[in-house]
Amino acid sequence: MTDVTYFDPERDSARPVIAVEDLVAEFRTEAGIVRAVDGVSFDIAQKEVFAVVGESGCGKSTVALSVLGLLPQPAGRIAGGKVLFRGEDLVSASPARLRQVRGDRIAMIFQDPLSALNPTIRVGEQIAEVFRAHREIEPKVAWEQAVELLSIVGIPRALARAKDYPHQFSGGMRQRVMIAMAIALRPALLIADEPTTALDVTIQAQILEVLLDVRERFDMAILLITHDLGVVAGTADRVMVMYAGKKVEEAPALDLYRTPKHPYTWGLLGSTTRVDRPRTGSLPQIPGSPPSLLVPPPACRFAPRCPRVQPICRTDYPELRKVDVGQVAACHFAQDPGWGPAPEEVPA
Amino acid sequence: MTEPLLRADGLVKHFPVLRGVVFRRAVAEVHAVDGVSFEIAPGETFGVVGESGCGKTTVARLVMRLVDLDDGTLTSDGEDITRVRGEALRKLRLKMQIIFQDPFASLNPRMTVGDIVGEPLHIHNMWKDGGPRRVRELLDLVGLAAEHAERYPHEFSGGQRQRIGIARALALHPKLVVCDEPVSALDVSMRAQILNLLKHLQEEFGLTYLFISHDLSVVRQVCDRVAVMYLGQVVEVAERDALFDRALHPYTQALISAIPIPDPELERKRRRIVLQGDVPSPQDPPRACRFHTRCFKAQEICEQIEPELEQRCDDHPAACHFAEPRAPVVESPA
Ligand SMILES: Nc1ncnc2c1ncn2[C@@H]1O[C@H](COP(=O)(O)OP(=O)(O)OP(=O)(O)O)[C@@H](O)[C@H]1O
Ligand SMILES: Nc1ncnc2c1ncn2[C@@H]1O[C@H](COP(=O)(O)OP(=O)(O)O)[C@@H](O)[C@H]1O
Ligand code: SF4
Ligand code: SF4
Ligand SMILES: [Mg+2]
Ligand SMILES: [Mg+2]
Repeated sequence: MTDVTYFDPERDSARPVIAVEDLVAEFRTEAGIVRAVDGVSFDIAQKEVFAVVGESGCGKSTVALSVLGLLPQPAGRIAGGKVLFRGEDLVSASPARLRQVRGDRIAMIFQDPLSALNPTIRVGEQIAEVFRAHREIEPKVAWEQAVELLSIVGIPRALARAKDYPHQFSGGMRQRVMIAMAIALRPALLIADEPTTALDVTIQAQILEVLLDVRERFDMAILLITHDLGVVAGTADRVMVMYAGKKVEEAPALDLYRTPKHPYTWGLLGSTTRVDRPRTGSLPQIPGSPPSLLVPPPACRFAPRCPRVQPICRTDYPELRKVDVGQVAACHFAQDPGWGPAPEEVPA
Repeated sequence: MTEPLLRADGLVKHFPVLRGVVFRRAVAEVHAVDGVSFEIAPGETFGVVGESGCGKTTVARLVMRLVDLDDGTLTSDGEDITRVRGEALRKLRLKMQIIFQDPFASLNPRMTVGDIVGEPLHIHNMWKDGGPRRVRELLDLVGLAAEHAERYPHEFSGGQRQRIGIARALALHPKLVVCDEPVSALDVSMRAQILNLLKHLQEEFGLTYLFISHDLSVVRQVCDRVAVMYLGQVVEVAERDALFDRALHPYTQALISAIPIPDPELERKRRRIVLQGDVPSPQDPPRACRFHTRCFKAQEICEQIEPELEQRCDDHPAACHFAEPRAPVVESPA
């Protein structure tokens, strides 16, 4: 097989695989324009697991689809910003170039693998097809590679199972097939949107292991989208927290959990049920629910639910500010000494 | 022990697997629930936990008498309710209500919230004496406003819809509320709100809950006692803290060890029991110990002799030939 990696260690390992700059993504709806992602920037380094967390509807999937140039048409569009893949802007790239990058250099897996697999084609065949679409390769070799990928992602009896159809696999095994397909061409970036949300915890643990294993094996960066702070803790190197279309905090995983600086982040941490801490009678909770993105609150979007809200929060937008090495938070008070959750907000 | 509010004894439910286009015939049976027993004391929250497909929802539907049992008995307040029908079943519904997992599918989209919450009152001819007032009262109880009564379910978020479902379940002053994965479809912040609400309502009205979930961290937050199910059977029952501190069954231990902990240091240090493979098909469950195909402690005997669900220590039955605590199940940062 001709080994086409576009990766040049000397040239590439120093700069991010992907750099998203000031991304704005919108959907046209009957009720008006929904700005699902509003000025979000982040980058992901070689081999890094970068997690995006936040409540339903905060724009996580829209970020992922924007990176891939796959916003649903005609409702969705990128209204501003750049998506730089190894320095090349994908927002302004031609459709042909985008197709080439997608699937080859950037691949994606979804929460529901069944919707992404073709029900009428044997899974080995579907993986082999990925090779044939992007590489000049003998059918027999493509098939062998497909079988090998299935065994890399931990499918027992891969040789036999390659001949099965998607419906013959359980949810967890289907997710493994999806991963095999996504990593076939050794992408530089794998986007995983809630890859374990539909799975039981025992299967979730298996799938997360597979993801970490393939990133190690193939030096892949992973953009992991999830609403589960537990999943993030064990897998991510860095984390970005989104709220109502905005990035509200970003930090190395350790710091985010140890010293959260945005009240939304610590609200999420506090309300997560966990088995390693003494039980509290009632859980700390974030009151209310996320705002409509049609008419987001002016200034700080978290103000209507924030336990620390002050008058300035309703008049001035809090820009992201640096609070520590690699940690930023979009809160007026994030740099105040001693700023952080009270013991009853995040029980220790 | 005081008389249990509900006693389930040897519940069995098999569903036929039908094949054929013209002549539908049963070619196999799904062993959804296969000999499940438990007791729920008044005022307690009894949890049932297990992976998807292990039979939790079927237990809920059996208890609610929404499907008929193949075998076993159900007793409520000392009265046999296994086969009650008609008027007696209607009366039973006054005592037992259910909250469903999916707040999107379980509310009729064409009914207003007021009609949904008031429906049980209509069904039981209780609307005349103060129906509208009761609806306002219920909405207030679950943290919704009176004016929400005029709106339709689609105008509400998942968490709010779950509140509507809870208000409906409480309309008739039930004693037992069966909660089938009531927070599984919700975000963490909504989840905390609903769990706190359920707890508050329990204290206020002395409710008894049968609380079903696949999420052990949620179960630990709300339940007093817990039954762990695997492939249609109960494999362990214990008081909450005993279960989380000294789980005896290898399956329970694996489940607990697989729960992600929101703490990067701890999470990366943990020794996790990663179970091999998937849950086998309930159409053809493994013989003897059903868990033996995935168990990290399995021996030959496990494939030959079915382990009984028997007491191992005080009030802590487990169905395993080699039941013993494996400490610590959740390591704390040393
Ligand atoms: N095709 C679409 N048309 C119109 N609006 C959309 C569309 N897709 C998403 N949106 C809106 O964009 C916002 C962000 O949605 P997105 O799916 O990115 O959220 P998310 O964080 O991935 O949520 P979840 O956790 O539920 O997957 C939401 O307000 C959503 O309603
Ligand atoms: N009405 C039904 N007909 C056939 N099979 C069913 C039916 N309801 C449940 N089952 C099967 O019974 C098993 C247990 O299901 P269920 O009680 O829904 O599990 P859980 O709630 O634990 O996920 C599963 O294999 C499921 O597919
Ligand atoms: S800016 Fe104000 S409202 Fe916003 S998170 Fe900070 S304290 Fe809360
Ligand atoms: S009886 Fe054997 S196979 Fe079953 S749980 Fe116990 S050790 Fe495992
Ligand atoms: Mg999404
Ligand atoms: Mg269920």
